[in-house]
Amino acid sequence: MDIPYTIEARPDTGLYNAKVGIWIFLASEVMLFGALFSSYILLRVGAPEGYWPRGWLNVPLGTLNTLVLITSSITTVMAWASCKLNQFGRFKVYHACTLLLALVFLCIKSYEYHDKFMHYEIVLKDGRIADGHIVENDPKADHVVIAGRYVQDRLDLYDLEERKAPRHHEEISIPRSQIEKMERYGPWHNTYLALYFTLTGLHALHVIGGAIVIGFLWGPGSKLWETDPERFTNRVEISGLFWHFVDLVWIFLFPVLYLI
Amino acid sequence: MTTEAQAEFAQHVRRYLYVFYALLFGTLATVGASYIPFGNHAINIAVALVIACGKASLVGGFFMHLISERKLIYGLLAFTACFFLGLMFLTVSAFADLPRMTVTH
Repeated sequence: MDIPYTIEARPDTGLYNAKVGIWIFLASEVMLFGALFSSYILLRVGAPEGYWPRGWLNVPLGTLNTLVLITSSITTVMAWASCKLNQFGRFKVYHACTLLLALVFLCIKSYEYHDKFMHYEIVLKDGRIADGHIVENDPKADHVVIAGRYVQDRLDLYDLEERKAPRHHEEISIPRSQIEKMERYGPWHNTYLALYFTLTGLHALHVIGGAIVIGFLWGPGSKLWETDPERFTNRVEISGLFWHFVDLVWIFLFPVLYLI
Repeated sequence: MTTEAQAEFAQHVRRYLYVFYALLFGTLATVGASYIPFGNHAINIAVALVIACGKASLVGGFFMHLISERKLIYGLLAFTACFFLGLMFLTVSAFADLPRMTVTH
């Protein structure tokens, strides 16, 4: 039995079925990310003055990732256009670029995550706070070494833009006996990082999902082109709509998390 | 697709490239504007969100073809927009009795 309306439009909707389906799915995605964005707004507004981190993320890397996703959007739409123009070879090239760009995006994101997980806030028994990236953390050694700085007040760690925090960090050796608490900059560290990891993590899962679908259409799924090119073109369009949505979400995530 | 239709479609492809350049410019403008001291941080936030909305409109309008889509999709998105605005309305309403100083770390 053939699935109806995979190519021709349904008379009542004027669209092929998969297109209606993907838009309903994207509508539910808007609500999913909308709920997370509203949580972000509520938590940010509720944060006391000066306690919302600024300048904690690497803006050049975030900008580069934005440019990577935008470029992947144009390669996606060009891949679909190539199918429409009956240029299957070009489709292959454009979608290979899309997959490569998705990989670049995920690599950059992984580097940023790694950077955060290597960043520690160490509260000492004398009240000072040592903050920086771990250099040595051998459990058998009686010292921990970080590349960072000491602060007296936690507030000095929050607004790195306003306070013109020094970018140059020196190596600090801290005896374990002086450490009261030692914590990574993971999602458990504070509200901002919980939101950062939740929002960008969910987005990264979407990038991985989209890349798997595009990878399938580029590889084994592309056999459909030989037997049913119109249906294949529609599949490329549907996967492209999802990919553009992923790009669209990042367009908002980037300024919200990195810049403001 | 006929040769004429292909020629017409090629025009659309050129439009996609213009949108791509606009998105690149928008990204650089967002980053640049974030470094401009407007005097009030709320203005920086507003500028960043306005540029983001502009970029999102370009992606939605041209890459996702919303500029020339069927009524059913517009209806579906109108419903989504209503629910999304409702969600944001609830969020804004919650500011009135937001437990202050709850996020201290």
